[in-house]
Amino acid sequence: MTPAVAAEAAPGRRIGGVLMEMRNITLRFGGVVAIKDISFDIREGEIRAIIGPNGAGKSSMLNVINGFYHPQEGEIWFRGEKRGSLRPHAIAHQGIARTFQNIALFKGMSTLDNIMTGRFTKMKSNMFWQALWKGPAEKEEYQNREVVEKIIDFLQIQAIRKTPVGRLPYGLQKRVELGRALAAEPKLLLLDEPMAGMNVEEKEDMSRFILDVNEEFGTTIALIEHDMGVVMDISDRVVVLDYGRKIGDGTPDEVRSNPEVIEAYLGVGH
Amino acid sequence: MPIWMLDTIEVIINGLMVGVLYSLVALGFVLIFKASGIFNYAQGVMALFAALTLVGLQSGQVPFSHLIKAVTGIEISHFGWELPAIVAILLTAGVMVIVAILVERLLLRHLVNQEPIILFMATIGLAYFLEGLGDLMWGADVRAVEIGLPQGGSLWFENLTKGWAADSGYWGMYIDKLDITATVIAGILVVSLTLFSQYTRIGRALRAVADDHQAALSVGISLRAIWVIVWSIAGIVALVAGAMWGAKTGVQFSLSLIALKALPVLILGGFTSIPGAIVGGLIIGVGEKLFEFTIGPMIGGATENWFAYVLALVFLMFRPQGLFGERIIERV
Amino acid sequence: MPADGIPADLDAFPKLLARNARTFGDRPAYREKEFGIWQSWTWAQAKEQIEALAAGFAEIGLAEGDYLAIIGRNRPYLYWAMVAAQHCGAVPVPLYQDAVAEEMEYVLEHCGARFVVAGDQEQVDKVLEIQSRLHHLETVVYLDPRGMRNYDHTRLKAYSDVQAAGRSSAPAVREAIAARVARQGPDDTCVMLYTSGTTGKPKGVVLSNRNIVATAKASADFDKLSAEDSVLAYLPMAWVGDFIFSMGQAYWAGFCVNCPESPATMQADLREIGPTYFFAPPRFFEGLLTSVTIRMEDAGRAKRRMFRSFMDLARRVGPAILDGKPVSAGDRARYALGEALVYGPLKNTLGLSRVRVGYTAGEAIGPEIFEFYRAIGINLKQLYGQTEASVFITQQPDGAVRADTVGVPSPGVEIRIDENGEVFYRSPGTFVEYFRNPESTASTKDAEGWVATGDAGFIEEGSGHLRIIDRAKDVGKLASGALFAPKFVENKLKFYPNVLEAVVFGNGRDYCTAFINIDLTAVGNWAERNNIAYASYQELAQHPKVYETIAGHVAEVNRSLAEDPMLAGCQIARFLILHKELDADDGELTRTRKVRRRIIEEKFADLIAALYGGRDSVYTETEVTYEDGRKGRIKATLAIRDVAAAPLRKAAA
Repeated sequence: MTPAVAAEAAPGRRIGGVLMEMRNITLRFGGVVAIKDISFDIREGEIRAIIGPNGAGKSSMLNVINGFYHPQEGEIWFRGEKRGSLRPHAIAHQGIARTFQNIALFKGMSTLDNIMTGRFTKMKSNMFWQALWKGPAEKEEYQNREVVEKIIDFLQIQAIRKTPVGRLPYGLQKRVELGRALAAEPKLLLLDEPMAGMNVEEKEDMSRFILDVNEEFGTTIALIEHDMGVVMDISDRVVVLDYGRKIGDGTPDEVRSNPEVIEAYLGVGH
Repeated sequence: MPIWMLDTIEVIINGLMVGVLYSLVALGFVLIFKASGIFNYAQGVMALFAALTLVGLQSGQVPFSHLIKAVTGIEISHFGWELPAIVAILLTAGVMVIVAILVERLLLRHLVNQEPIILFMATIGLAYFLEGLGDLMWGADVRAVEIGLPQGGSLWFENLTKGWAADSGYWGMYIDKLDITATVIAGILVVSLTLFSQYTRIGRALRAVADDHQAALSVGISLRAIWVIVWSIAGIVALVAGAMWGAKTGVQFSLSLIALKALPVLILGGFTSIPGAIVGGLIIGVGEKLFEFTIGPMIGGATENWFAYVLALVFLMFRPQGLFGERIIERV
Repeated sequence: MPADGIPADLDAFPKLLARNARTFGDRPAYREKEFGIWQSWTWAQAKEQIEALAAGFAEIGLAEGDYLAIIGRNRPYLYWAMVAAQHCGAVPVPLYQDAVAEEMEYVLEHCGARFVVAGDQEQVDKVLEIQSRLHHLETVVYLDPRGMRNYDHTRLKAYSDVQAAGRSSAPAVREAIAARVARQGPDDTCVMLYTSGTTGKPKGVVLSNRNIVATAKASADFDKLSAEDSVLAYLPMAWVGDFIFSMGQAYWAGFCVNCPESPATMQADLREIGPTYFFAPPRFFEGLLTSVTIRMEDAGRAKRRMFRSFMDLARRVGPAILDGKPVSAGDRARYALGEALVYGPLKNTLGLSRVRVGYTAGEAIGPEIFEFYRAIGINLKQLYGQTEASVFITQQPDGAVRADTVGVPSPGVEIRIDENGEVFYRSPGTFVEYFRNPESTASTKDAEGWVATGDAGFIEEGSGHLRIIDRAKDVGKLASGALFAPKFVENKLKFYPNVLEAVVFGNGRDYCTAFINIDLTAVGNWAERNNIAYASYQELAQHPKVYETIAGHVAEVNRSLAEDPMLAGCQIARFLILHKELDADDGELTRTRKVRRRIIEEKFADLIAALYGGRDSVYTETEVTYEDGRKGRIKATLAIRDVAAAPLRKAAA
């Protein structure tokens, strides 16, 4: 089944209210403006793409959402509340998980341990019980292992459960990274160029996994890509950035016919 | 068995026991290096500081008594009570956790993303600061650790081995009871640390931070919290090492120099490998004792001071990544 | 039928299930690894599951005489679906799960399946894609609900819902099912299996209860299978072998069927389960040996030397020890040491340490490979069979195992060789008919029940073992009139680890030629060790050094052919290495990976012309299908090599 068919075959998906809103975000590095006065929102249950040519400010935007960067101007509203200047790990605890363009896995650890680490925010037992591996800590390990096994099954990576991820091929590493992000049961899942460096077949696999995640778990997904192709098929709405400015926002069809977007992508006039 | 063989065995056993202590100190280095990429020069001083604190607390000594006297003129040097060993140990562990928190608050937090050399310099500063602080708090006298660790040779072992010799006139092997205890404690420590890092949430977080900071942040692990935990564990490992060495040689400044002995251990074992630290420590321990026993008499003895470094140097030439370190592959 | 020795209360699967739940109630019947843990069901639990499903099937209208298709990987739930269908008096029709939609369309339409049980979304999608052309299809029951939430459910039902409906069904439904089961006898159809079809459209082989149960009983007796045994079910459910091993024998003997977590984890699961009864095609054993060899070549020198010396010992005395023949006490002691140091750990990593009876079949296995496994103490044997015979035609009894025969006739099987050398058999397992295909039935099975195998072979004098030469229709003649047996030569070539596939031509020609497919694992590893850089399969295949190696193999094969005056004419004069791997997706192989000679001859006509045209290279373009279904073209210039013919060595004989 092609991704387009999947999107059509899913009339039951519920897209709810605004989950996250970016208001007039401006981010500067020294004198360089990476993001200039950008506003957009992400609605609950949707797949939201941020696209743009290289250097358009997509990655910076993702890093702002996940707290690696703090914008000099603008406000971020998440689940109806204005977010203060939180550090990234605190933002993870709020329910925002992400993957990285260049894959940031724990290379020395197995697939299972990587995904278990993704459960970090869901595990509460304290250091004392953990040191003894008794009582709440033991129970917690088993419960979380069960969730992780479901994810392993979902992503069809049973065969590499015990393999150190550093030894896996690129495509599988991307899948493990997705698994680690999913393990947090995030309210918002950020995917940084999930299909970068993949061949056509791997891209289609990844598209299907993204759609399945969205459908099965109702997870809101924001993903960035510089390649318009696959993203247009799987996204509900698309923001287009160019040189740190927003030049388009809407459904894939609206964006595709936007003259400014066409210009940015074809490079006319610059 | 001929006597020379039994003697050799005795030397090897003694070497292994010393090696265990080297391993303990090296372990502290490895933990911190893995989690934060910092080569903690202060590890040895932390052992000294921990041992001083342990002895001071146990004997009911008033900290900063010299300072108090100089500032206020009041002379109190003793609370007048002595603490049971176990209480003193727990309190000292608490002090090491506080040290870890302070190190993170005052030092690491401000040096995030600096060059490794800067961080290394910072730990040198930390080492001298801790040394001075220890001096100031507890004074500079040499004192013995008395936390109920067994002392003296093991008669049981001597009797056991007496009959092994083919010739008469062999008195049995001499093994220090303290060394045996130290080995057992170090073994337990290493096994529990390994299990902890493999099978618990925090343990996985420690390994995660060692692997990739950004990714660790993105799954909700706070680097600062992990640093505190790692430095606390390193502090407690230092406490164990300090107590053992202190019980063996007395608590004195030279204790901080065992840190330098840990260096060749690290070169052998690799900076990032816990099993490497253990095996490296054992190799150095056995190596230097054996060398002293066999070659030492020919070249006038005192080889233990330099043997380890020479061994490490030779080793560097053949396997720069260490025994268990990640292999450095450069395709040409 | 008393002649087969099957009591009337055990002549169908539902009855066997009831017996097993009674006799082996607490013993495991099924295991499957899911979520990292082996889940298991006892025979009593399996009976409950199956009966609930049967009642559910009855509720959604499965009637006596219906056909119910099953598509998916080996899972307990799908085996239950087969037995549940039988409870309802319907005929299960398992399909190959890697078949493309068009292939499925033919089978589903041909058997007129009203119900399909599909393993997952992928299989459901395939069925939905062709549903407009399926005139009988009513309901698709899916097992894994993943991704199915938003599908139109008017014709879709979840397996668990069907089962739940069955559990809450009225007693009358259950009574009706019990009555249907009671009516079943040895002549009712047990299962219908479509042959993968080396030529033409697949044919539906109708197998009766008598066929399956009698075969299961005879073969279980032959190898003394009992409830203590266990198998790993990993070969396609649509294949007759899996039906006999994982259904027939399992139900007859009451042993446990274990299903892997996923196809990719098969090796690991094999290690964990350690089955006692194991079947694998020669290809599997070849691949395993190749990986062992590679690992040993990468190992340290001491380890390598130990491995070599113990393997030499094992080759010398291992098979004899296995067959219980006399071996000197010294060798026995050394073999025991080898067992502790080498063979035991090796068998353990392979997952074969508990194998008591192992079989291979389907094509010839290299004697080196075969001997290797027997040498390390695995009781690997060969059998010869086909779907139409409910598998067993001949098999090797313990103690009479050889690489070059396929064994003696299985219990109850009669064998006859006709004047053209073709093998015929007659047995209780002989199929009833080809479904809706009386012409094919008549041309395969004669009035007396003799079935033509389509293979040429002979019964060896003295031992009574059958030896197979080739497909009867593929045995042809060269222009000179000499015998041309391509399969025989191809197998000889394929015994080299470097050769993955070989296709030999020569019928009606002056001399023989061959296409070779190199084995990327073996040759790639060799290249790596010899510092030969390559970017693709194609580039490696055309490397002069690779050609040299292969030419050496071909010359060796020629020499061995020259030893037999009958086959000396089959020596290969010229060959080329193909630029692509022969692939089932491109139609060049069957789904069971047998060479489709005719299609290859058409597709690569230009290459064959070049082989007989005397040139030393040829340019070609080939269309290929990628795994995602897209098509592309490969262009390449292929070198052609001449190989000298070996002189006839036993000319005097």
